[in-house]
Amino acid sequence: MSAVRPTLDVRADFPVLREGPGAGERGLAYLDSAATSQKPDAVIDAMATFNRSSYGTVHRSVYKLAEHSTELFEGARTKAAELVSWEPETTIFTANATAAINLVAYTWARQNIGQGDQIVLTQMEHHSNIVPWQIVAAEKGATLRWLHVSEDGRISLEELDQVLAEGNVRLVAVTHVSNVLGTINPVAEVAARARAAGAVCLVDGSQAVPQMPVDLHEVGADFYAWTAHKALGPSGLGLLHGRRELLEAMPPFLGGGHMISQVGLESSTWAELPGKFEAGTSAITEAVGLGAAIDYLNDIGMDAVRAHEADLSAYALERLPEVEGLRVFGPAEAEARGGVISFEVEGIHPHDLAEICDRGGVCIRAGHHCAQPLMRELGVSATARASFHVYSGREDVDRLVESLHDARKVFAL
Amino acid sequence: MDALYRDYILDHYKNPRNFGTLEPHDLEHHDHNPLCGDELGVHLITDDQGTITDLRFHGQGCAISQASASITSEELVGMKVDEIPDLSAEWVFELLGIPISPTRRKCALLSLKVMRGATGGDASWPE
Repeated sequence: MSAVRPTLDVRADFPVLREGPGAGERGLAYLDSAATSQKPDAVIDAMATFNRSSYGTVHRSVYKLAEHSTELFEGARTKAAELVSWEPETTIFTANATAAINLVAYTWARQNIGQGDQIVLTQMEHHSNIVPWQIVAAEKGATLRWLHVSEDGRISLEELDQVLAEGNVRLVAVTHVSNVLGTINPVAEVAARARAAGAVCLVDGSQAVPQMPVDLHEVGADFYAWTAHKALGPSGLGLLHGRRELLEAMPPFLGGGHMISQVGLESSTWAELPGKFEAGTSAITEAVGLGAAIDYLNDIGMDAVRAHEADLSAYALERLPEVEGLRVFGPAEAEARGGVISFEVEGIHPHDLAEICDRGGVCIRAGHHCAQPLMRELGVSATARASFHVYSGREDVDRLVESLHDARKVFAL
Repeated sequence: MDALYRDYILDHYKNPRNFGTLEPHDLEHHDHNPLCGDELGVHLITDDQGTITDLRFHGQGCAISQASASITSEELVGMKVDEIPDLSAEWVFELLGIPISPTRRKCALLSLKVMRGATGGDASWPE
């Protein structure tokens, strides 16, 4: 076993880990952060305090309450933009990452993708970065092209080059970090190749922004989507960062209040960015919560968050194979991974593993993880998955391994 | 003794009865659990009186869904096709004889859902 390294010790900031159902005396070993992250007191309190003492509408009214709300709401946008080195005006609040991707699918894609065009995806995409493009492709007569995932969970830039060389590729949509395999994809290389071929590149950063430093100028994508609830913030709020010239040329997505400049009887004109894409009242309290989550993450430092996740991944990769019949999916090296590990145990279905883990307060995910094309490529219908965040520790991995041994006993293996 | 993974449940999981395919067959249906991606299909052979004379399930799933298919299969052979749509979730749970939590309900009921689909009934999740 490797020497114990100093890692984050912030578990006490997350009340659900000691108070949630099934916590027991040892607390929860919450290993499903790739699905959704837990919230620290700082986020819970910021949202409660805001609702109690500062809540008002944003961008609408002149009274102090509304002005204060607007400052906090726009402050959160600025924090979110700065977190990924982007500008606030081209940082759009959406309902979640799925809504952010659909925004692009319903506006940019419907204007720019036509009959015979190609949309390039990878086999490791989440359904949220697959289904919107299937809908667009069916409507426009475009073709979906799939980049293969290798045995060790990687995509090939050579295959991308080959597909791009065929021409007619209008969009390359790729996940930054796989929610199943943990693979950190070379998105900067993908985006550069896509742009050189005249295609637009959309990156799904849902699993990346919460756990590693992300600089969107380095990534170089045209669109980048992520979601607050995986980054210690609340559900109900996603983000879309886009290149200004694309966003300005795009038609609005949803029509309604706030997204207009002027409304006439027959037609209207659109608000400036980002308002043009934010019809209706946004998730105000949630934005305040996200602002608090970003402050919390910045206090830790995203480099430290990444180091912590990498340490836990390495530790899990070391300990999980102690369980007989266990097979890990994805890259073998922790450096190539985000803090998520999918695995199977021979003779026990992932659902049954998750059920037995739950008895020990160990929360893991079992299923297709909204990535059925990848499951088919892996030759399974489901996997078990453990994923980490700042509050996770090596003892959570120890408890997981303990539970997996228990499962083998229950199944008389 | 584990309350959920009882010996007979594990036995049916590891050695499922009436599993495989039947060619030719008279009736068939295939379905899946959208929550987890587990799949199950069934082939049925019936006689002139509409009695199920042979049956095979096929697919993959957790211990609960596989044991449910295996255990119910032993009851289903010999039943009339038109009896199947009236079988309830409770019928399955009683045969299984283990506590089924809300999160495992669909695991336990996938086999009956598939049977209802094969026999021309309502292929929605059994109540």
